Amino acid sequence: MGFIPNKLSDLPAGAAFEGGHPTTHTGNWRIFKPVLNKDKCRNCLLCWIFCPEAVIKKGSDNVEITYDFCKGCGICANECPTKAIEMVKEG
Amino acid sequence: MGKREFINGNNAVAYGVKLARAEIVAAYPITPQTKIVEQISEFISNGEMNAEFIKVESEHTAMSACYAASCTGARTFTATSSQGLLYMFEMMQFTSGQRRPVVMANVNRAISPPWTIWLDHQDSISTRDAGWIQIYVESAQEALDTTIQCFKVAENKEVLTPVMICLDAFVLSHTEELVDIPEQAEIDRFLPPFEPDYKVDVNRPLTIAAGTAPNLYMEFRFTQQQGMLKAINLWKKADEEFGRLVGRSYGGVVENYKCSDADVILVTMGSLSSTAKDVVDSLREQGTRAGLAKLRLYRPFPEKEIFDALKSAKAIGVVDRSLSFGFEGSVFSDVKAALYNNNCCIPGVNFIVGLGGRDVTADDLKKMYDKLQYIQKNGKAEQTVEFIGLRWSE
Repeated sequence: MGFIPNKLSDLPAGAAFEGGHPTTHTGNWRIFKPVLNKDKCRNCLLCWIFCPEAVIKKGSDNVEITYDFCKGCGICANECPTKAIEMVKEG
Repeated sequence: MGKREFINGNNAVAYGVKLARAEIVAAYPITPQTKIVEQISEFISNGEMNAEFIKVESEHTAMSACYAASCTGARTFTATSSQGLLYMFEMMQFTSGQRRPVVMANVNRAISPPWTIWLDHQDSISTRDAGWIQIYVESAQEALDTTIQCFKVAENKEVLTPVMICLDAFVLSHTEELVDIPEQAEIDRFLPPFEPDYKVDVNRPLTIAAGTAPNLYMEFRFTQQQGMLKAINLWKKADEEFGRLVGRSYGGVVENYKCSDADVILVTMGSLSSTAKDVVDSLREQGTRAGLAKLRLYRPFPEKEIFDALKSAKAIGVVDRSLSFGFEGSVFSDVKAALYNNNCCIPGVNFIVGLGGRDVTADDLKKMYDKLQYIQKNGKAEQTVEFIGLRWSE
């Protein structure tokens, strides 16, 4: 998911990165977290298509949600035809 | 021991670049620098130097080529002067921001108009904040030796910052003196091959000079500042090591010439320091405790070292060969800041001298020391910025 420095010594001398643009975590902006119920997931990929941050990964039986850049917008839960994604308040 | 030749400062820099085994040189000719790259070009065509000379159509392109060459991991050099340096300004920032250790010789020449080719420091001082290390030299010998030291400090993993070696137009660039040229083997012991931390490489693709948002830009600038500041101590170490291996060193970053017990001290940069040392000697013969602090490293500014040299003086004078219009000479501002940062307040005066190649004589320097003795007696300067050698002031 790109280069994510966490301390000063992670930075190279001059901005040079594999795979482009350096960034920082945006997942901590989230108030509600999408949680997948794998049993209900039919792997239809609607959430994968609609996720504006591309944080949902394809899998063989079901999708997988990654959280580094998920801002908790809830579009995936709204689009899911089987209600497999529940928005849970961050604790 | 190498050989001894009767050469000028430009030739001396070219020998330094050859001994440092620079691999890429990209440059555009400009007086009074041209002889440096002409000589390097000759070394390359003779087969004495294994390097690529890139001919370009402007200084902006020269610096772009050097930046890119350094990104490929090559040891890179260029030279320029005056208007040429100003034309490089944009790409100088790419080189320093991306932390590429390019070395450049700037033969200090005044800025036009009035149109001129003669000496002053307005060109390099105008690029002070471009993120380059700046070092000023006093002689052709020091120019040769310092050129080699430049690569050593620039390429240090903790520094990774480009360096500009500044030498005075004509007084150094075109004046012959006896110069000892070290053996290649001596320099090879001092300066190992450049091992870049990353480079342009098809097997490991990178985005170089990547964009950053406000969330990371400032951290990059902070690390750039840290790298630059480390150059102060590393330059002192490099100068000592050069002294051990080659037999010459230059007092680190500030040469302290009879400052320890001095009442009146001048601060100078460049070739003027030689005349000033003679003046110090003759004043001391007459019983005046005079001293000279020769500032070699201008950026990063060695504030502790300059404070140490000046701290026991009763009056100081800072000689600037350039002017920050609307205020004073920049070296004066910096020296005062260094004293302030060390809770030290010595009465001082700024001498603006030698703009556009006007000679600065031993008599001029003697008058400056007289002025300092006057300030020493009276405790403060009547006028903080004085133009020396001005034909008419009204």
